[in-house]
Amino acid sequence: MAHIKLQEGLPGIRGLLVFSPETAKPMCDLVQVLLRDDHTLTRAEREMIGVHVSSENDCYYCQHCHGSTAAQLLGGSNDDYALIDQIKWDFEATPISDKMKALLAIAGKVQMGGKHVTTADVERARKQGATDKEIHDTVLIAAAFCMFNRYVDGLGTWQPHDPEMYVEIGKQTATKGYVNRDLSKRLESLATK
Amino acid sequence: MAHIHFPEGLPGILGPMAFSPATAKPLNALAEVLLRGPNSLSAADREMIATYVSSQNDCYFCQHAHGAVAAYRMQGNEKLIADIKVNFESAAISDKLKALLAIAGKTQKGGKQVTSADVERARQQGATDKEIHDTVLIAAAFCMFNRYVDGLATWAPADPEMYRENGKRLADVGYVHSTDNLPAAQK
Repeated sequence: MAHIKLQEGLPGIRGLLVFSPETAKPMCDLVQVLLRDDHTLTRAEREMIGVHVSSENDCYYCQHCHGSTAAQLLGGSNDDYALIDQIKWDFEATPISDKMKALLAIAGKVQMGGKHVTTADVERARKQGATDKEIHDTVLIAAAFCMFNRYVDGLGTWQPHDPEMYVEIGKQTATKGYVNRDLSKRLESLATK
Repeated sequence: MAHIHFPEGLPGILGPMAFSPATAKPLNALAEVLLRGPNSLSAADREMIATYVSSQNDCYFCQHAHGAVAAYRMQGNEKLIADIKVNFESAAISDKLKALLAIAGKTQKGGKQVTSADVERARQQGATDKEIHDTVLIAAAFCMFNRYVDGLATWAPADPEMYRENGKRLADVGYVHSTDNLPAAQK
C-alpha cells in the first residue's frame, strides 16, 4: 500500500501526478525536453539512459515503463526488448555504439553520486565524439531519474508486475511523449482505465 | 574545472542553467512550486529539507545556497542550519519537522528506504499526506539538483557572504526568474 492516499488503479508515478498536478507540470515538461525534443541522441538512446539509471536504483516501475518505451522506439520486436534487458545486465557487452557505452558509464556514475563522474569518464565520451550538450544531457537525464525513482519508490506506489501493461505504456509513450497540452485531461483518461 | 564549457564566473547550478535554458525553465518551475508555493509547511522548513539532503549528498554549492535561504528566513539563524546538518534530532526544530527530515534522509539513500514506521512517526506529529508527499519530492528533487551540480564538476565559491546575499535574493524574489539574465553569450 502506498504511504499516502492515492487514487486507486493508477500505477507508479501516475497516481502521484494526479495527487499533485502543480508539481506534475514542471516534471513532465522536464522529461519532455530531455527525452523527446530534437537532439543528436535518438529518443531510444535517451530512454536507455533513463532505463539504466532506474535499473541501478532498482525502481521496478520506471525501468519497465522506460525500457518498454525504448524498445518500442527501436521497433518493438522481441529482440528490441531483449537488447534493453541486456543493457540493464551489462551495457558494455551489448551491440550499442561506443559513444552510448561511454555515456551510460557517465550516467552510472551520476547514479552513485555526482562526484563519482571523473575527467577520464568525460574524456572517454569525448573520444567517441560526444558533445558538451550530449554530456550535459546525459548527466541531467541520470540525475532526473534519481529524482523520479525516489519519488515513485519513496511514496510506496503500486507497481504491477504485468508485462502487457508495460508494453501498452511503452507504445503510448513512444507515440505521444510526456506532455499533453491538457495534462489534467490526460490524467483523467488514465484514471478511467 | 567543469566537465563541459560554461560561461565563466557562474557559481554552481547557474553554469549548467546558462548552458541549457530549455531545461532550466522546468527545473526552476519545480523548485518554485516545491520551495515557495502555497503550503502548510513554511518556506523555511522546506528549505531546511533541501539543505539537509544536499548536505547528505555532500553538495557544497546546494547546501550553502539553500542553507542561506533557510537561515535568512529564520532571522539569520545560521547556527540552527548548521545544527540540523550535524544532527537534526537534537536541533531546536519541531518534532514534526524532525520526522519529515528523517523521511527526507531515507529518500536520499533510496526510495525503498522509507518505511511505514517513518511515515507513521510523521503522521503522529500531525503531518498531512501533502506534507509527506512534498517532503519526499523535495528530497528526491535535491538528489537530482545535487547530482546535476556535482556531476558536471561546477565551480562553488567558498565566500559565505556570496551565499548570504544570494539567499536573501532567492527568498525575496524566488526561483522562476533567477536565471533570466545569465550571461549565456558572454565570456
